Amino acid sequence: MAEKSKEIDKSSIIKRPPMDLNHPQETLLRKKAIPTIYCPGCGIGTTIHAFLEALTKYSKIPQDQIFVVSGIGCTGRASGYINLDGFHAIHGRAIPFASGVDIAKPSLKPVVISGDGDLFSIGLGHLAHAARRNTDMTVICINNAIYGLTGGQDAPTTPVGAKTRSTPYGKISFPFNLSHITIANGATFCARYTVYEFVQLSKAIGRAINHQGFSFIEVISNCHVNFGRRNDLGDSIAMRQMFKKARVRMNEEDIGFNWHKTDIEYEVGKGFTKIPTGVFLNEKDEPEEFSERITDAYEFKK
Amino acid sequence: MVVEKQQQKVLTGTYFKNGNWAIIEGAIASGIAEFFAYPISPASEIVEYVTYRLPAVGGKAAFIVEDEIASINMCIGASWAGSKVLTATSGPGFSLKQEGLGLAYMTETPLVCVNIMRGGPSTGLPTFSAQGDYMQAQFGSHGDYPAIALTPWSVQECFDLTIEAFNISEQLRSPVILLADGEVGRMMEEITIPDEKDIKVINRKQPPKNTDKSKFRQYDVSGQDDLVPPMAHFGEGYKIFGTGLTHTEDGLPKLDEDLHIELITRLYKKLEVNKHLFPEPYTYEIDDAEVVVIATGITARACLQAVIDARDQGMKVGLYRPITVWPFPKEDIEKIAQKAEIIVAEMSMGQLIWPVERFAKKKCTLVRRIGGTPPEPKKILDAVRKLVKK
Repeated sequence: MAEKSKEIDKSSIIKRPPMDLNHPQETLLRKKAIPTIYCPGCGIGTTIHAFLEALTKYSKIPQDQIFVVSGIGCTGRASGYINLDGFHAIHGRAIPFASGVDIAKPSLKPVVISGDGDLFSIGLGHLAHAARRNTDMTVICINNAIYGLTGGQDAPTTPVGAKTRSTPYGKISFPFNLSHITIANGATFCARYTVYEFVQLSKAIGRAINHQGFSFIEVISNCHVNFGRRNDLGDSIAMRQMFKKARVRMNEEDIGFNWHKTDIEYEVGKGFTKIPTGVFLNEKDEPEEFSERITDAYEFKK
Repeated sequence: MVVEKQQQKVLTGTYFKNGNWAIIEGAIASGIAEFFAYPISPASEIVEYVTYRLPAVGGKAAFIVEDEIASINMCIGASWAGSKVLTATSGPGFSLKQEGLGLAYMTETPLVCVNIMRGGPSTGLPTFSAQGDYMQAQFGSHGDYPAIALTPWSVQECFDLTIEAFNISEQLRSPVILLADGEVGRMMEEITIPDEKDIKVINRKQPPKNTDKSKFRQYDVSGQDDLVPPMAHFGEGYKIFGTGLTHTEDGLPKLDEDLHIELITRLYKKLEVNKHLFPEPYTYEIDDAEVVVIATGITARACLQAVIDARDQGMKVGLYRPITVWPFPKEDIEKIAQKAEIIVAEMSMGQLIWPVERFAKKKCTLVRRIGGTPPEPKKILDAVRKLVKK
């Protein structure tokens, strides 16, 4: 790890930012809640920024109609830093909470920003059903392959062989392919990007928000403190360079219906060797979303 | 997939119906917009009937969701979006809902959760009746929180107390648990639904229209005598934020000892200040009683028979039935204990007797029966006879 960190060019890092330096998305950040709890270099900050860029540049939905829900974990704190209506639900239950709001006020667009452990371990049942119903929501899942907030235990996304606090001899069980699960359960928009691909990620989030129905974005992020450190993958920048080398652009035409093509590959010692990224699914004739179906069904016959 | 005909919202009139039916009519009269639940006996009738009734009176949604946990969390979400919501369950489902209820207490979310109690633990006696969830209603979720639980003993009370539960929940910004035993939920008897104009429905306090939205602090209780902060909803431009973490008046998480003490103390004080809102207990001839029987729900009806029989035989016996079981009516119990001996009758191994003995500060007699049937009046009468001075 020590060798790898030497490779990094630190000349561009601003040591003492001037006092009048503002964040480009300052109006969308809840200043009272900042500083964040995140470690320096964390991919969650990048993803929040990509989401805010998507809101200002690519989304067609007015900002006052968007609200952000997150569950528990490092990513769970994301909703608190965004200056929109928001809620920090209990572990795994961000999606039911968002579904409840969407049904009560269909004009609102829920955006769930949460981690892989929250959405795919404890909350997998809810994600499957929200996708099945085609609830009008965007789910942004930040996949760092580990439980970060609790100190680095193995998650259902941790690759085979990876060392964590709770798999000291290497992870034994197979990981989930999150995009595959979501598509299989009925999502109508699905994309995956790494935190290295900031612009593409931001555009994809914009498309997902504009999409009517259940849209899913998987963000491959770096937890260099808990995952990178124990697997000798270097610091934040080293991990992002690894993502740069590992990413393989793959779109709907390349995949067809063989979603196994989107599987992530990992080698012990080398880290991620293949991360297919791109828009995996975008249903052209968007099926009617759930709250609209309810409204239609409950309308009295004249 | 279309609701065919609009139905009348309040079905004014006299009916011969069961408690589950009455709970739904009460909830609809209170103006619920959503209902989310998971089917579970003996509360399944609630789910079946509400999915027929609510869409036909202009409700927004009534359906079964994937599990009990989702149902309580969807209710919390809908409540934050401005709706009145109801969920209904029984034993195992109530256990699953506990974490969500904890979130609702912490974030001060109004909602009503019906628990039609069945025999436990675990799957227990699904279609039988029990009263084993009293303690769980207050202590089920982890941590310190003050619970509100109401117990009906008749079909009429199922209707009245559901409306009452919504009014309390909306006024106090707190979940309210309607704790009916399986027998009350499923038995059929006469019920009278009043005119719509005679039903008092109270809605939650909202921030005044001229509020400066950028300066709004959602948990600020300054100037609120009842210690209940006005509730702003999603999509109204307030940019509110809710969290189950210990939070500041802005709703933002802050892990701080003093703040936690202040917040939790206020939640308890909120109930103390507003205790006049809780339904008064039902009493029968307790003024001159030497022995007072304490019971709730269907057991109290068996006790009433025993008390009437005892009075006929010249024994000075009374019945005290707390309708609001949580917060516990400690002053009443203290007062009764000074003058009379206490018998607690329960359809459990003994739960209500714990707080009763604590506040009575003396040993009380427990008459219990589990397995789906309340203690017989005869058994209660025997217990009374032993205590009455010869």
